[in-house]
Amino acid sequence: MSGLPPYATTPQRVWYYSFRVICALIFIFLITPIIIVMPLSFNAQDFFTFTPEMLRLDPEGYSLKHYRDMLGSDGNPVTGLWIGLAIGVAWAAFGAYRRGGLTATSIIPVLVFGLFGLIIGKLTGATGDWMVALRNSLKIAPMATLLSVSFGTLAAIGLSQSHVPFRRAIMAIMISPMIVPLIISAAGMYFFYSRIGLQGTYFGVVLAHAALGIPFVIITVTATLVGFDRSLTRAAANMGADPVTTFFRVQMPLILPGVISGGLFAFITSFDEVVVVIFVGSAKQQTLPWQMFTGLREQISPTILAVATILVAISIALLTTVEILRRRSEKLRGMSPS
Amino acid sequence: MSNSEPMLAADGTPLKRSLARALRREKMRALMLIAPLLLFILLTFILPVADMLYRSVDNKIVSEILPRTVVALQDWDADSGELPDEAVFAAMAADLQQAAQEKTHTKVGVRLNYEQPGISSLFRKSGRKAKKWNVEEGGPWKEQLIEVHKGWGDPEVWRTIQTYSPRVTQGYYLNAVDMQVGTNGAEMRPENEQIYGILFWRTMKMSLIITLSCIALGYPVAWLLANLPARHANLLMILVLLPFWTSLLVRTSAWKIMLQQQGVINDVLVWIGFVADDSRLVMINNQFGTIVAMTHILLPFMILPMYSVMQTIPPSYLRAAKSLGATNWTAFWRVYFPQSIPGIGAGSILVFILAIGYYITPALVGGTTGTFISNRIAFHISSSLNWGLAAALGAILLAVVLILYWAYDKIVGIDNVKLG
Repeated sequence: MSGLPPYATTPQRVWYYSFRVICALIFIFLITPIIIVMPLSFNAQDFFTFTPEMLRLDPEGYSLKHYRDMLGSDGNPVTGLWIGLAIGVAWAAFGAYRRGGLTATSIIPVLVFGLFGLIIGKLTGATGDWMVALRNSLKIAPMATLLSVSFGTLAAIGLSQSHVPFRRAIMAIMISPMIVPLIISAAGMYFFYSRIGLQGTYFGVVLAHAALGIPFVIITVTATLVGFDRSLTRAAANMGADPVTTFFRVQMPLILPGVISGGLFAFITSFDEVVVVIFVGSAKQQTLPWQMFTGLREQISPTILAVATILVAISIALLTTVEILRRRSEKLRGMSPS
Repeated sequence: MSNSEPMLAADGTPLKRSLARALRREKMRALMLIAPLLLFILLTFILPVADMLYRSVDNKIVSEILPRTVVALQDWDADSGELPDEAVFAAMAADLQQAAQEKTHTKVGVRLNYEQPGISSLFRKSGRKAKKWNVEEGGPWKEQLIEVHKGWGDPEVWRTIQTYSPRVTQGYYLNAVDMQVGTNGAEMRPENEQIYGILFWRTMKMSLIITLSCIALGYPVAWLLANLPARHANLLMILVLLPFWTSLLVRTSAWKIMLQQQGVINDVLVWIGFVADDSRLVMINNQFGTIVAMTHILLPFMILPMYSVMQTIPPSYLRAAKSLGATNWTAFWRVYFPQSIPGIGAGSILVFILAIGYYITPALVGGTTGTFISNRIAFHISSSLNWGLAAALGAILLAVVLILYWAYDKIVGIDNVKLG
């Protein structure tokens, strides 16, 4: 659709514009629920709709109250921030020493470590419901991601070899955690994990979430491997590299973007998962989505809007990262960016 | 080189054998790479699901807790309409006493209660008395048991025990499809006790409505994205991908907030004067709420496969059709649409598979009329504790999903699933 040709008839013009209006409405339908929680989370009242003060853009109508409720006042954010900054400065100094001078990019590790320090510090020792839930989520998701990425990447490399017996069947089994309804996975894991004493343990939840994240890793990594030039590993082997060196020095850097996006998918799957954790976990493993689920089910409190806004911000960050990685991967594999 | 002499590889072995060996080694290496994950998935995922499936037919409990009665009852003819003889009652007394001592009599009562309501109290009451019995010398047990609870005088109770004494049962499955074992084998339950058929039907119907609304909303968007210049398309693509990446709970809570009676949509409708302030629309805790929220949640799963198919359709086909005299509509319907059907198929199966297993969104915005079969399964696992029935319902749902998964693999191929 490259614009409207000058000879278009009136009905064609009408259809052209009404089609665009229809599409715009569908886009509005897609995006409104995500946008709407943001302004509502700054509501000064305990309402879930816009108050007259908010509509008049009166500063009185807005407040950070729900965020304060969510964050609580305990934890050690300041200590964490200082420790994080110190590690960041040390890291930057070490990098500068190796490259022989400070550059503008030296600030990045300082900021990143500072932010991580702040978050970890805030979460250590915090006792508010939301903070405890976030802490549990952040304990479970990275471990589950680590498991699914390491198993998944190896298997994806195996699957992309040219002669794999039962390839289709193996693929079907590995993708199945994504297809089987969550309630069935949750029920099965609940029964089975109680038998072997994993139900209600941190380790049980991690294993369950790792299984759920694997299909995403397999899909993204195999997609990256489709365009992988096999002569590169052969060239490396020819020059005397053993398989392990070849893997880490030649193959891994090339498929890394795919591995990282798979990891992000696995992370968000675990970070977002409710059904399985409700059945496999116990109150000690109550994660952020679980807390939101009970909040929405029983007494809905506006604090949930503040949590939702923060989660939307996290997903925007993840989406941006995945998009950047996808383009980088296409460039590395010599495909034209779509 | 003559034909009779085999070709040799560098180390002197025949080339054919050397090749086969290399191929075998390559296969082994690939399998070694895959094996850890396969084992992991088997242990953490496939075995649990298989365990659940086994639970849907598992009936060890009756023959384990009432071993003597099960043996004694074997020869009793349930259709005679008469009570079993004294030996069966004596066996039951012995079993009951042992069960009461091990505190397992309530378990078997609960199990049989799923099949015939009322048996649970029969076992509970008799179990309390059973501890004081002298099994060796007491009796006659027929009179004594009936005295403890007149339920023992009902042949139907004995029929239920006899029917459910084998170690495997189809009882949970019969329950799951609203049937029961009656005097003449399996029969439908009375009309007013049928719930699962309705629930399965509702789950299917609503998933279908959701899939159709996703097609209706997704098709124009996918078409627009595929036909815009790449720069604009990428920008608009963000609007599709952002919901895809946003937490399910966030989207569900946003809909809950927007759809409620004091929510944003009702406020806007009242403000434009579309509805009166005292007759705000009820859009949540019913089927409408579930359909709207789930359509929104699953829409990206429809748009993405449609988009990737439409991208491959050359725009020149449409121009060619038009230059041959087709109207806009004919060109679209006869030339473009047939080529976009694989995208619709892939998206529809994916959305339908995801929709029929949904639990969270129906539980939060579905109220009582908008819940799915998953919600019932969760109820049986965590509240009613009828795990066998939950497993049977789950197995039926799983069968439907697996058939669709198989179809998806045939039509699209699982290697072609794309994420963003």
